[in-house]
Amino acid sequence: MRARTIEITVGLFVLAGLLALLMLALRVSGLNDIYSGNDGYEITADFENVGGLKAKARVSIAGVPVGRVKSVVFDKKTHYAKVTMLIFSSVDNLPENTEAQILTAGLLGDNYIGLLPVQSVDESDNQHYLKAGANIGVESTHKAVILEELISKFMANQTIKS
Amino acid sequence: MIRRVQALGRNTFSVLQETGHTTLFLLQVLFGRSKSRDSFKLLIIQLYYVGVFSLLIIAISGMFIGMVLGLQGYTILVKFGAVDALGQLIALSLVRELGPVVGGLLFAGRAGSALTAEIGLMKTTEQLASMEMMGVDPLKRIIAPRFWAGQIAMPILTLIFIGVAIYGGYLVSVPWLGADNGAFWANMQASVNFYEDVVNGIIKSVVFGTVVTWIAVYQGFECLPTAEGIARATTRTVVYSSLWILGLDFVLTAVMFGGIQ
Repeated sequence: MRARTIEITVGLFVLAGLLALLMLALRVSGLNDIYSGNDGYEITADFENVGGLKAKARVSIAGVPVGRVKSVVFDKKTHYAKVTMLIFSSVDNLPENTEAQILTAGLLGDNYIGLLPVQSVDESDNQHYLKAGANIGVESTHKAVILEELISKFMANQTIKS
Repeated sequence: MIRRVQALGRNTFSVLQETGHTTLFLLQVLFGRSKSRDSFKLLIIQLYYVGVFSLLIIAISGMFIGMVLGLQGYTILVKFGAVDALGQLIALSLVRELGPVVGGLLFAGRAGSALTAEIGLMKTTEQLASMEMMGVDPLKRIIAPRFWAGQIAMPILTLIFIGVAIYGGYLVSVPWLGADNGAFWANMQASVNFYEDVVNGIIKSVVFGTVVTWIAVYQGFECLPTAEGIARATTRTVVYSSLWILGLDFVLTAVMFGGIQ
């Protein structure tokens, strides 16, 4: 009887450990969030300067996450940064001339990508959408705001005025 | 001068001998397969003494550590208007560092010292020697189940510690101090990575569990069979385990999070 109580208590102990692991996985690290966003299609964008953008940063439209950055690499041919993004498959109607910009969350936050879906002013009704593998050229992307550039511009203005 | 050189040589030898001895001891515990049928039952009983009995101190300490983290983090972050990052601060510091390290230190104090004292007393009262007389290997019968129990219990205790502590931090920061509930959990989920943070924390706790139980059973098994010997061995267990935990934690952190590749 006593051995049985011990076994039951040990079983409960192990169960409590598993429950804690489950809580850490789902509630703390948000593992389910990553899995739910795994299906989607990839598009790329060229940027003049990506600032501190890293893989896994979020891609958002109007502030709502619609995907994740998969990789940031340097393109040897064009000398721009090539960002590969995974867009959730539910968002399948991005207009062809969507613009991309690099934004910062708060003053000191991480960089993320904001997409700006620009409706084409074509009179024809057939709207073209970005498909898997599409590329947003550097002419319709905005580079990251670099604090040093802003400061040097500001300083240059000051010296002209004085 | 010559005598100093001689002492250096003697010390080197004794350190090498001790290292070899402890390693051999560990290997014997690890690979000395017990043939007796009730080895699983022995393991369960030890898991009960090592794990379940440590549960209360682990849970209560975790609760208070989480609450202190919430309180301290709030008073600092509120100055920068960054209370939203509180969940992230609490979860990352607990999962990466405080959970495995404080859990390991508590485990060394609660379970490690008890293991050493128990085995030491068995040695002093010549129970281990009489077992050998009866043809029972004390390494398999006494040491191995205790070692494995500590090894298994430590990660479980760490997980429970972290879970309770995060809820403790949540209790202080959200209902009491009024941080935003959604931002608390959302920032936590956005910044904690399961494989990089949680799994690395578990790896740390497995390493600490091995080190603490290894030191504890070795010190108990090799202690001088006197009352003073047991006292010294118990002290050594706690001191050595704590130092090893803190030292290894630095090494593991440098390898896991320090960007050394």
